Amino acid sequence: MKSILFNRLTKLLTGIGRRMIERIWRLGAGARLFFLTIVYSGESFKRFHLTLREVYFTGVMSLLIIIVSAFFVGMVLGLQGYNTLQKYGSSEAIGVLVALSLVRELGPVVTALLFAGRAGTAITAEIGLMKTTEQLSAMEMMAVNPIARVVAPRFWAGVISMPVLAALFSMVGVLGGYIVAVPLIGVDDGAFWSQMQANVDVREDIINGVIKSVVFGVACTMIALFEGFDAPPTAEGVSHATTRTVVISSLTVLGLDFVLTSFMITV
Amino acid sequence: MTSNIVEIDNISFGYKGRLLHKNINMVFPRGKVVAIMGGSGSGKTTLLRLIGGQIKPTNGQVRVNGKVVHEQNRKGIYQLRRTMGMLFQHGALFTDLSVFDNVAFPMRELTDLPEPMIRDLVLMKLNAVGLRGAHQLMPTELSGGMARRVALARAVALDPNIIMYDEPFAGLDPISMGVICDLIRSLNDALGATSIIVSHDVKETFLIADYVYFVANGEVAAEGTPHDLMLSTLPFVHQFVHGEKDGPVPFHYPAENYQSELLKQSALMKI
Amino acid sequence: MDRTTIDLWVGVFVALGVAALLGLAMKVGNLTSSKIGDTYSVSAAFENIGGLKPNAPVKSAGVVVGRVADIRFDPKLYEAVVTIKIDERYEFPKDTFANIYTAGLLGEQYVGLEAGGEDEVLKNGDKITQTQDAVVLEKMISQFLYNKASETNSEDGTKDSKSGTQSSEKKSGGATSTELGDAPF
Repeated sequence: MKSILFNRLTKLLTGIGRRMIERIWRLGAGARLFFLTIVYSGESFKRFHLTLREVYFTGVMSLLIIIVSAFFVGMVLGLQGYNTLQKYGSSEAIGVLVALSLVRELGPVVTALLFAGRAGTAITAEIGLMKTTEQLSAMEMMAVNPIARVVAPRFWAGVISMPVLAALFSMVGVLGGYIVAVPLIGVDDGAFWSQMQANVDVREDIINGVIKSVVFGVACTMIALFEGFDAPPTAEGVSHATTRTVVISSLTVLGLDFVLTSFMITV
Repeated sequence: MTSNIVEIDNISFGYKGRLLHKNINMVFPRGKVVAIMGGSGSGKTTLLRLIGGQIKPTNGQVRVNGKVVHEQNRKGIYQLRRTMGMLFQHGALFTDLSVFDNVAFPMRELTDLPEPMIRDLVLMKLNAVGLRGAHQLMPTELSGGMARRVALARAVALDPNIIMYDEPFAGLDPISMGVICDLIRSLNDALGATSIIVSHDVKETFLIADYVYFVANGEVAAEGTPHDLMLSTLPFVHQFVHGEKDGPVPFHYPAENYQSELLKQSALMKI
Repeated sequence: MDRTTIDLWVGVFVALGVAALLGLAMKVGNLTSSKIGDTYSVSAAFENIGGLKPNAPVKSAGVVVGRVADIRFDPKLYEAVVTIKIDERYEFPKDTFANIYTAGLLGEQYVGLEAGGEDEVLKNGDKITQTQDAVVLEKMISQFLYNKASETNSEDGTKDSKSGTQSSEKKSGGATSTELGDAPF
């Protein structure tokens, strides 16, 4: 009886240990891919239209989901904010509330989460399938480096797209909040904007939001690329990899957001 | 310069201590079509990857044009690969590019040829495989045989000295098989290249190959011209060439005695 | 998809992004209002600046005329030295009064300038001598409670006079303190 318990315990511990080692190994492999991507970026910049093409697929194709989500998020913020603020008789502060929560947090974070679901999964599935159908091997055998030709353009496209999408998200969100607050609820138009302008700082709020979204862009795109590159070349492997892309990207974005925010708030 | 463009010299290769190949020696003379045959999982494709420098041998060396492949740095390997063309098992066409762009891919990536010249070259290569009319199609719109032919056109796009074929006949209908068969031989002779075919389709391979290596259990089990091998009395070669069910390669995966396994099962059921 | 069409779309995409960023900076942020042209610096010493932060607005008659540039602690006099930058367009007399106010009860703090009557004006590097400290809410509340307690506990004239001096000190704290005094605790 005792030995059975002992056996189970050792099994559990070895299982945990093995998983930890696996995670750390993947982290290292991901870091190596990141390094190689940076190294071979020069080669891919010579043919910049490849990157532009990927900006089209990751950025332009995500516009609709970003704009629609931003609009609704802004409207909800407007409604909720007004509901609470008017209890304290400061419903003019609604502009500040909407703008600050969008520019500082929701813009970069929600954009990154949507990006992971929309563009990240597409990247993982595409690269995973390219690997499964030996397209990456074929490229290598043609003396074309897949990291320079496939990975680097997608990486830079993600890094370019994310801040653009996040800025759009914040702007459209503010407009959504405006539409709820001013024409629908009847908050004063001037107070809405002037309170906002008095309390949103360009460097501290807007630039920091852009910095956040650039960091999220690097993280989300790199995770999607690595998962695709690392996917076992089977249908099941690719599907698992796509799931992992969403899960890991989301967790990483939220974790990074905390770290970045704590840096930005104290400095 | 030797007359052999590729030499595999006493090579061993394995993953995690389990050797897939043991002391394999092969030579591939210029201008010939040489086949590597063997059952599934005997590591034939791995040999192609060793020649292409995608993996490093555990022991021994592969020489291409007199250069040891695994001693080259990345640039050197890429230089060697520019003299090679490879046809992958399922074609490995880039699904996001059209037929035309697929064939143009190596030219655009590796040369500075002007676009009009690339266009002429691509159409010429596609014409050689009989698919000039299909240059606007996407790979998903092609049948298996057509995809294989486009991949072949792409493999010979830069007029390589060595063309490697990974299972070129697998999964094709008899007509496509005949077409590919003809193309391999005619392209080889037209380009003056050396072809290395990895296959397990005896009939087609014997039809076009000048020399055949048999790989079994990680070793070269037999070698010779197709004619010699047809008449070979070696049990393995005989079983393979004539497609017999049982022989040195057993039908059953190694297992314990059938009867005792059944008895054990029923004994468990009783409890 | 033709390459040129993609270029067009990517161009539109990036332009949208830049427009959104500019919109955020101009319409949402205070890029326009924080941009005051040429300035001159003036310093003022306070015994207590409360929660004043660098970059806080400097207002006169409610109009933003400058920003707080720097806050230092003077280790000899145990005072806070606040450097403010004032827009060159606005000139203030030498005897201008500098206060630290709070926007609303709990809002952010800013420096308020009340112009004096002298003819000479403040120049770059000058020091404002007449200042008034920030109102610290906790201090005021404890003072208020202390006063209340002493009022109810003793009818002694001696203690009453002591609390009287304190309350006069409190009154000078500005309009906020009277509001607080009226508030039912």
